[in-house]
Amino acid sequence: MPEILDQARTQVLENGVGLDQAGVLAVLNLPDEHLTATLQLAHEVRMRWCGPEVEVEGIVSLKTGGCPEDCHFCSQSGLFASPVRSVWLDIPSLVEAARQTAATGATEFCIVAAVRGPDARLMKQMREGVAAIKAEVDIQVAASLGMLTQEQVDELVEMGVHRYNHNLETCRSYFPNVVTTHSFEERWETLRMVRESGMEVCCGGILGLGETVEQRAEFAAQLAELDPHEVPLNFLNPRPGTPLGDRPVVEGKDALRAIAAFRLAMPRTILRYAGGREITLGDLGTRDGLLGGINAVIVGNYLTTLGRPATEDLKLLDDLKMPVKALSATL
Amino acid sequence: MTAMRDAATRAGDRQPVPAGPWCDRCGEAAASGPHDGCAAARALEPPRYCAHCRRRMKVQVLPVGWSAICVEHGELRG
Repeated sequence: MPEILDQARTQVLENGVGLDQAGVLAVLNLPDEHLTATLQLAHEVRMRWCGPEVEVEGIVSLKTGGCPEDCHFCSQSGLFASPVRSVWLDIPSLVEAARQTAATGATEFCIVAAVRGPDARLMKQMREGVAAIKAEVDIQVAASLGMLTQEQVDELVEMGVHRYNHNLETCRSYFPNVVTTHSFEERWETLRMVRESGMEVCCGGILGLGETVEQRAEFAAQLAELDPHEVPLNFLNPRPGTPLGDRPVVEGKDALRAIAAFRLAMPRTILRYAGGREITLGDLGTRDGLLGGINAVIVGNYLTTLGRPATEDLKLLDDLKMPVKALSATL
Repeated sequence: MTAMRDAATRAGDRQPVPAGPWCDRCGEAAASGPHDGCAAARALEPPRYCAHCRRRMKVQVLPVGWSAICVEHGELRG
């Protein structure tokens, strides 16, 4: 057994203290022959500190495309020659999307907008949309609207938004290679305000942006420092027309090693499968990740791409005897 | 308008497959070469270009399904 796994068994599994950056790097550098043992340990950590439940979420794009920012992975930036056009979702369709999501057994519904930060029109749409969902659908509402002012944070709390997603996307040292129109620190400031407001913090990122293994470990350590309630883990799905459109997808074994390493860095967080898992891991890899530290999934489609049918993920959870977290457990 | 609607989703299909002179993923001529990569990618993507006129469509992805609107040829759903 590699020394780092022995250390993790005592430190993380028994004592609930996450690995630091050096420890995460040691896990990420483990050879393939230790991958099964690493995933098994990460699964034990998840079961010990989070339990068997899996949190299921659906997401929808309220405002698609035309974003002024230049996040190099994103097909919704208006600065790239992407085929994605700008479109707004109306309130009845938003409520219907929430209803469809709730019908899968999901407890979370995240409303997302491709913006630098919300303007008055978007905040008005949010206020009306959240109120309509709360009146008609039994589901928790989360939001992801870019960078916020303190006033906007307060307004979202008042609307009843219980969790706010704002991904750091990658580590501080690599961030300027991925985004040039705003800084890592600006994102961190929004996250600070969200935490202080009492909303739950949802913050993750994307692996496969060209970062080194060392930078993956740096990212895990920075997320652990932030200590978010939830970490959505995406794998790059290279989008046509974006600066990262020709990058290779992450190797399945590297993706699984990263899942386990992030779990060993953050034993208590909700670690969610997000975009890119279908092309990076396929069906078998998806199962391996759920047995390697993942305890939450986005079901159904993503913002501009499609996912597996929710029924397939729910059947997999049933096969694995992993109960879907009930709404009563989230309140 | 009706041409595309007629070619849209068939009951039970996960992805509608509109026939036309243009590739609905990359927007290049369908006859310009193989679009095997586009066809494979479309299993997990909605169409972006109208297969009839090559216009970029307004696409809304929803948790279950999607819609794509061409200003000239109407709406597809999947």
